[in-house]
Amino acid sequence: MDKTHLVDRSRREFLKVSAAAGGGLLISLYLPGCERAEKAAAPGAPIVFEPNAFVRIGTDNTVTVIAKHLEMGQGTYTGLATLVAEELDAAWPQVQVEGAPADAGRYSNLFWGPVQGTGGSTAMGNSFEQMRNAGALARQMLVNAAAGKWEVPADAITVRDGIVRHDASKREAGFGELVELAAQQPVPETVFVKEPDEFRLIGTHVPRKDGKEKTNGTAIFTQDVKLPGLLTAVVAHPPRFGATVKSFDAARAGKVKGVVDVVAIPTGVAVLDKDFWSAKQGRDALSVEWDEAKAFKLGSEEIMGEYKRLAAKPGAVARKDGDAEQALVKAARTVEAAYEFPYLAHAAMEPMNCVVKLDAGGCEIWNGEQFQTPDQAAVAAAVGLKPEQVKINMLYAGGSFGRRANPQSDYVLEAASIAKAIQGKAPVKLVWTREDDMRAGYYRPLYYHRLKAGLDQAGNPVAWQHRVVGQSILRGTAFEQAMVKQGVDETSVEGASNMPYAIPNLTVDLHSPEMGVPVQWWRSVGSTHTAFVVETFIDELAAAAGKDPVAFRRALLKDHPRHRGVMELAAEKAGWGKPLSEGRGRGIAVHESFNTYVAQVAEVSVHQDRSFSVDRVVIAVDCGVAVNPDIIRAQMEGGMGFGLSAALTSAITLKDGRVEQSNFHDYTVLRLDQMPSVVEVHIVSSAEPPTGVGEPGVPPIAPAVANALYAATGQRFYQLPLQLKT
Amino acid sequence: MIQLKINGTTHELDVDPNMPLLWAIRDVVGLTGTKYGCGLSLCGACTVHIDGQAERSCVTPVSAAQGKAITTIEGLDSKVARAVQSAWEKLDVVQCGYCQSGQIMSAVSMLARNPRPTDDDINTAMSGNICRCATYVRIRAAIKDAARALA
Ligand code: FES
Ligand code: FES
Repeated sequence: MDKTHLVDRSRREFLKVSAAAGGGLLISLYLPGCERAEKAAAPGAPIVFEPNAFVRIGTDNTVTVIAKHLEMGQGTYTGLATLVAEELDAAWPQVQVEGAPADAGRYSNLFWGPVQGTGGSTAMGNSFEQMRNAGALARQMLVNAAAGKWEVPADAITVRDGIVRHDASKREAGFGELVELAAQQPVPETVFVKEPDEFRLIGTHVPRKDGKEKTNGTAIFTQDVKLPGLLTAVVAHPPRFGATVKSFDAARAGKVKGVVDVVAIPTGVAVLDKDFWSAKQGRDALSVEWDEAKAFKLGSEEIMGEYKRLAAKPGAVARKDGDAEQALVKAARTVEAAYEFPYLAHAAMEPMNCVVKLDAGGCEIWNGEQFQTPDQAAVAAAVGLKPEQVKINMLYAGGSFGRRANPQSDYVLEAASIAKAIQGKAPVKLVWTREDDMRAGYYRPLYYHRLKAGLDQAGNPVAWQHRVVGQSILRGTAFEQAMVKQGVDETSVEGASNMPYAIPNLTVDLHSPEMGVPVQWWRSVGSTHTAFVVETFIDELAAAAGKDPVAFRRALLKDHPRHRGVMELAAEKAGWGKPLSEGRGRGIAVHESFNTYVAQVAEVSVHQDRSFSVDRVVIAVDCGVAVNPDIIRAQMEGGMGFGLSAALTSAITLKDGRVEQSNFHDYTVLRLDQMPSVVEVHIVSSAEPPTGVGEPGVPPIAPAVANALYAATGQRFYQLPLQLKT
Repeated sequence: MIQLKINGTTHELDVDPNMPLLWAIRDVVGLTGTKYGCGLSLCGACTVHIDGQAERSCVTPVSAAQGKAITTIEGLDSKVARAVQSAWEKLDVVQCGYCQSGQIMSAVSMLARNPRPTDDDINTAMSGNICRCATYVRIRAAIKDAARALA
C-alpha cells in the first residue's frame, strides 16, 4: 500500500486537543464500541468491563486487548497492547491479546478508510492514538468507579501497574475488583492521555506477547486448526497461468485410501481427505487435462526483451521537474545504466492455507487474515451471502510479506470454492504444498529500469532521467481507482518518483505492460527495486564526480533532514572512511519507505574464489516515536535479512510460461550462515508520530551491498541477485 | 498398525507405512507444534528428535520411526531444552514464529551434544533451518546465551 494516497484520519477522528491541565492531554473522543459499556450484561454472563471495542477487563484482573491488525511476525500484537497498557497503566503481565473479528465498522485501518486490513507498515501509525485513547478511557472509568466506591475525588486517585490507589486513605484495588462498578460508569466524553515524558512502557523493552507460545509450539496458525469432521484439500493447479480444467479423471485419485471427494473448482481440481498426506497422494494421482488456449506462454527472457523495447519510448509521467532532456544535452558528462529485476515469490514459511466452514447459518473462516474487508466481500459474492455473514477468525500468520493481503483474495476464494463445491458437507482446510505456493504467482513483478544522468563541470548532478517498466500491481484491482493516477501506478514508482536528491531537472516515467503473470506487493513494494536503482546509480554518479558517496549524498539532501540524519548516524557508527583491508569494502544506502527513514552500511569481504560474504551491517532508523525499541531492532534485522535473500540469491524465472522453481532448493533464500555476523541497529530519537517498521528495513540492503562490492572490486551491479564477475 | 512412541506416549496408528512422520504427528496424533514448510528436507520446520537426534520428520516414513523415541516441541523437557527456550524468550527471538519449533529442536539437539558450540558449529547445525523472517542474529545469540546458562 502506498502512503501517498492514504489519508491520515486518525487525528481528525479522535483528537480535539484541549489545554492540558495537571499533566497529559485532554482529548474528546469517539471510539467504536463505547456504547457497549452501558449496555446491560446478559443474565448469567461473566462480568466483564468492556469500555470500547479494543479493551476488555475481567474480574480476574486480566486485561484483554483486541488487536485489529494481523500478527505475522512484525510485533503488532505487542505494539498495540503496549499502547493500551500504557494509558491504562496496566501491569504488562496482566495484558493478553486477542485477534479482532472481521468488522470494518469497529476495526478499520484508519489510514485506509472503511477497510479492515494490515499492510503498508500502517499498524502502529494508524493505531497510535486510537489504542491509547482506548486505554485512557478504560482507565478513567476504573478511576471513576473507585472514586464512587471510596467516596473520594477522582483526581486524588492514581493508577500504577494495574493497581488503583487512593494514597490519603491508603485504599487500593486491582482492576478486577472494580470491573463491575466500572461497567456501570457513564462513558466520559473526554479523557487525558499522557505526555511523552509520562510514558512508562512506550520506549522501553516489553517482552513480546507471542514469545512464549511461539517458543513452546502452542501458537495456533491456520495450518493447525482442528474442527470436527475437518477435511484437508490439496488442489491440482494448472501448469501455466490462465489455463483452466478441460477434463479430469479421478479414478486413480479415488483409489487412494481415505480420499473422500474430488471436485472441480474454478482454479483447478481439489482432492479432499482427512489428512494432508493422503489428500496430496490423491492429488498427485489425478490426471487432469488442461485447456491452455488462454494460457500465458512467455518466458522471463522474452518478457525482459519486450520491456527493453518499451523502454526506448517515453512512458506515463510520474514526476517532472525542469527539463532533463535539455539539461542532459548541456551536461559536462553523462552516465547511463539499465537494471533488471526478476519476479520474486514471497515464500512465507507457512505456505498459503485457509479453513472455511460453510453451513446454513453462513460462512466461517480461519486464516492468517490480512485483508478482512476485501476477503469478506469476495467470499460473500462467491458463496452467495452478505459480507457480514462471513465471519473471519484472524489467526497468527507464519509470515506473509504481503502475500496474505491478496487483492483478488486468491487462496481464500479457492478455499471457499472447495467448501461450496462439496455443498458445505464438511469444513475444509485448503493446504498448499510449498510447490503450490511457489508456483501460484502473485509475485513481485519483474522490472526493467533505464537511467541517464548528467553532471556539470563541478560534478554536481544537473539532470536525471529514470524510466521504469513493469506490470502494474494495482490495475484491475479494487485499488486501481484510488492509487493509479494518469496511468501511473504509485506502487511501481514509489521510491523513484519521490527520490530525495536535489537534482533540478528530473523526470521519472513508467510503462505498465500487461502480462499474464499474477503480481502483487512484496514486502516494501516499489522500494524493492527503486531503492536499488536510485542508491546504486547515485553511488555511480558520486564516483563519476570523484566524490565520497556519503559527502555526495549529504550535499544533495539539504532539504531532507531525516534522510540525512539516518545517513550520518549509520555512517558514523559504521566508521565510514576508516580504511579496510584488501578485498573488503563498505557501501551505504539510504531510503525512505512508508514514512520511515533507514540507512544501512554494509561491509563485505570478497574471497579468493570470487565468492563474497556480507560481514557487518550497521542500520540507522528514524520511525518517529520508538514505541517498542526492541521490536524496531528486530524488524530492522529481519527486514534487512529478508532483503538480503533477494540481493544474494532469490529469483523466480519463467520458461514457456512455466515457473521454473518449485521449492527451497531452487528458490534459494537466506540461511543462517549467510546472515552477517554483526548487525547493529541505531534508532534516531524522535518526537514525530510513529511510523511503521515492518517493511522499511528491506530496501537499503541490496544497494548497500552492491556499493560495498563496488568499493571492494570496482565492479558495478545492474541486476539482482548480485553476481560477482569471475 | 504402526506404533509410534511420541513424547513418552505410545500411539497405535492405522496409516500407510510410507506416511511421513510429520503428517502422522500433525494430522493423526494431533500435535501441531511441528510444522510443514517444504516436505523435502530443505527448511527444517518439521524437525523432531528421534532417539535424541534432530531429524526432518517430513522425509521420515512412520515405518522408520517405529520403536524409537520421538520427541516433538511439545515434549521437550530437558535441562538443555529449558535453557534454550528461556533464552529464546529472553531475547525475543521469534517473529512470525512458524519456523521456531524447528529452530529450537535443532538448537537443543546440537547443544545436548556440543555444549560449547563455536560460530562454525552453530552455522553447521542451524543452516538447515530456514527462517524467512531472518531472525538469525537472535537465534545465534540465544544459542550462545543458553550455552552460557548451561556452563
Ligand atoms: S518440512 Fe521438513 S524440512 Fe521442510
Ligand atoms: S520466525 Fe518467521 S520464519 Fe522464522
